[in-house]
Amino acid sequence: MDTSTATTRNTANRLVEVEEILARRGRTPTELIGVLQDIQERWHYLPEDALNYVATTLGMSVNTVFGVATFYAQFSLEPKGKYLVRICDGTACHVKGSTPIYEAMKKKLDLRDGRVTTADGLFTLETVACVGACGIAPVMVINDQVHSQLTPEAAEMIIDTLMAREQDGAESSDEVEPR
Amino acid sequence: MITTVPMLQETRAALAAARERQSVRILVCTGTGCAANGAAAVYAALEGAISAHGGGVDIARSGDHDAQNGHHVVSTGCRGLCAAGPLVHIEPSGVLYTHVTPDDADEIVAATLRGEVVHRLVYRDPATGEAYDHAEESPFYRRQVRQVLAHCGNMDPESIEEYISLGGYAGLAKAVSEMTPEQVCEQVLASKLRGRGGAGFPAGLKWNLTRVQPATPKYVVCNGDEGDPGAFMNRSLMEGDPHRVLEGMMIAGYAIGASEGVFYVRAEYPLAVRRLRLAIAAAEEMGLLGDDILGSGFSFHARIKEGAGAFVCGEETALLASAEGKRGMPRSKPPYPASQGLYGQPTVINNVETLGNVPEIIVRGAEWFRSLGTERSAGTKTFALTGKVVNAGLVEIPMGFTLRDMIFEIGGGVPNGKRFKAVQIGGPSGGCLPESQLDLPMDYDTLQAAGAMVGSGGLVVIDEDNCIVEFARYFMQFIQNESCGKCVACREGTKQMLALLQKIVDGQGTLDDIALLEELGNVVKDASLCMLGKTAANPVLSTLRYFRDEYEAHVRDRVCPAHACQAFRRFTINPDKCVGCSRCAKACPAGAISGTIKSPFVIDQEQCVRCGACVEVCRLGAVEEN
Repeated sequence: MDTSTATTRNTANRLVEVEEILARRGRTPTELIGVLQDIQERWHYLPEDALNYVATTLGMSVNTVFGVATFYAQFSLEPKGKYLVRICDGTACHVKGSTPIYEAMKKKLDLRDGRVTTADGLFTLETVACVGACGIAPVMVINDQVHSQLTPEAAEMIIDTLMAREQDGAESSDEVEPR
Repeated sequence: MITTVPMLQETRAALAAARERQSVRILVCTGTGCAANGAAAVYAALEGAISAHGGGVDIARSGDHDAQNGHHVVSTGCRGLCAAGPLVHIEPSGVLYTHVTPDDADEIVAATLRGEVVHRLVYRDPATGEAYDHAEESPFYRRQVRQVLAHCGNMDPESIEEYISLGGYAGLAKAVSEMTPEQVCEQVLASKLRGRGGAGFPAGLKWNLTRVQPATPKYVVCNGDEGDPGAFMNRSLMEGDPHRVLEGMMIAGYAIGASEGVFYVRAEYPLAVRRLRLAIAAAEEMGLLGDDILGSGFSFHARIKEGAGAFVCGEETALLASAEGKRGMPRSKPPYPASQGLYGQPTVINNVETLGNVPEIIVRGAEWFRSLGTERSAGTKTFALTGKVVNAGLVEIPMGFTLRDMIFEIGGGVPNGKRFKAVQIGGPSGGCLPESQLDLPMDYDTLQAAGAMVGSGGLVVIDEDNCIVEFARYFMQFIQNESCGKCVACREGTKQMLALLQKIVDGQGTLDDIALLEELGNVVKDASLCMLGKTAANPVLSTLRYFRDEYEAHVRDRVCPAHACQAFRRFTINPDKCVGCSRCAKACPAGAISGTIKSPFVIDQEQCVRCGACVEVCRLGAVEEN
């Protein structure tokens, strides 16, 4: 199978699902953010073909749709890792030492030169402004799981666990999406 | 289906009686804080333990209110003591257990069934070490007045029956059956309830301005975009008592003549979204939300819009743009949302906590509400007390409480014997207050005069180890990231202010930079369109006002008084302790350490990057920081 055929087939499959999202959310520009949220949730980023399709269907310019997509922190135009690791850098977490945790994670995941996703596509490292778990600061959120009262060492151990799980999973061809 | 007011009253009486019959209730906090600390496993273990112990005892799942004589495990919203979670509370004895693990479940159930207390798990005041069987008597709780949070932690937020059994929807019933919309507005106005989102605008006035608009349809929008880093009051209320907020929204809808409400909730709060969604569905199913509510002819529908991660969307015009599916950029006012809000229609936008106050004001009256708090700031206020404080958590106090009592009595002071430095109140829009300002009463007007604001209610305490300039830099970084870019003053001004602060933190600042920072701060404040820009300079201006000497120490003396800024760290090797093992030289990423084996090594200060790697590897403590 040549690549262009594969791409076309991927796009076609994807647009079928985008169509379902649009049907569920409603085909009006006022629902754009919800539609983009569902797309982001499904593919962990906003694929260009999906955005073009949404723009056409909602009768909006592609520019406007990209404007919204790039305005909000939740949306990403690049694929994100299977595990989205977010270090909370809210005020409470910040004063209780979120920066050393972030630095430790960056080192642990070997993210250099501004890259945020690991080469194997497993982990994406981000900071988040506040998840409102200030009473148990500092925290790290992996996908939807909140890990509390962390130290850099404790955070590294959590990543170790996930890495180990991935290795085991690879051997038993685990296809389950963790989020 | 409940279709009349008497039916609601009957239902309530029946549910309250069923609740009474539950001889013991075990309440497990499953708010975001406790959930992160493993509350779900504790809940499951307690259920298992009841099954094991409970020969002959009915076990009731939360929401199952027909259970007779049940020993009931209930998952609840936040009780406030997040740092001590997971929390388990026993009713009716009032015992609070902290740091509970699944392994404790058997012991808790066995003791509870015998009417005993597991002393090793009861709440201990971390400041004094004193144990409290009844946490209400502890310094953290005893001066709190939990009005808005009354149900948080005491009921299952996913059960409309529990809410009704505690008097829920009585405010709605009274409003739609006994009062005209004008009277509802008047009562809220008379209560002197002011907006809890930060600005403090009188809620009744806002409602009246919207009520008199001829255009229809009208909307009620609940602002649940609690974006301030360090604040989680609204999250806790939405998670812990979602029906109260929904009821408040419905009363607002009745008062202004709206038939549709929108909850705008930030996407970072998935549990709040889920519980509000359940609340809406349950109220619809019961007939309390929908068409012809309680036979009054008033119809109301509610839906949720999730934010997508933009701090500026807490600003009301930006929120409206976002709720319409657009980029969340503020616009100039007027026209105010009261005349042109959501989809260009008259709209009331209220904070979560503002709406949460409404049902009780309708039930108990304006005078009752005014009896709490101060003359100009009535009622209570919820605060998220966090940072370097012993009892971090969710607090509700009457307006007018002093910061000192809040931080040192309720909060238990600063941990580890450190010295208090400052408290940041109101998030990145608020100000940073020093020890000398702690006796100020917390109300809208006093704090504003002091250069801070009540804001949404975030209180972050910092101690002597936190650098005030770095703290201001942190907020400026946040604001600069979140500036939507519409106004030049905010977009470019915050960028320049951040650069100046970074320069000072990096040890490159001058006295002129401080003067420029102050000047620029005032320009950004004056020339920005929305409150994000207008308040962007507050952390800088307030820290300059109260901690100028610390800024000056950075630029004049090249010292960070908190020893926090890396650029000012200075490492030396004590030749008396160094044995010349070369571990530090090998660890140094900059190659700044040299020497001959078995004789003392030295650090070249020019090349040193001040990372501290040498300190970590030295086994003899020969590398010293000064």
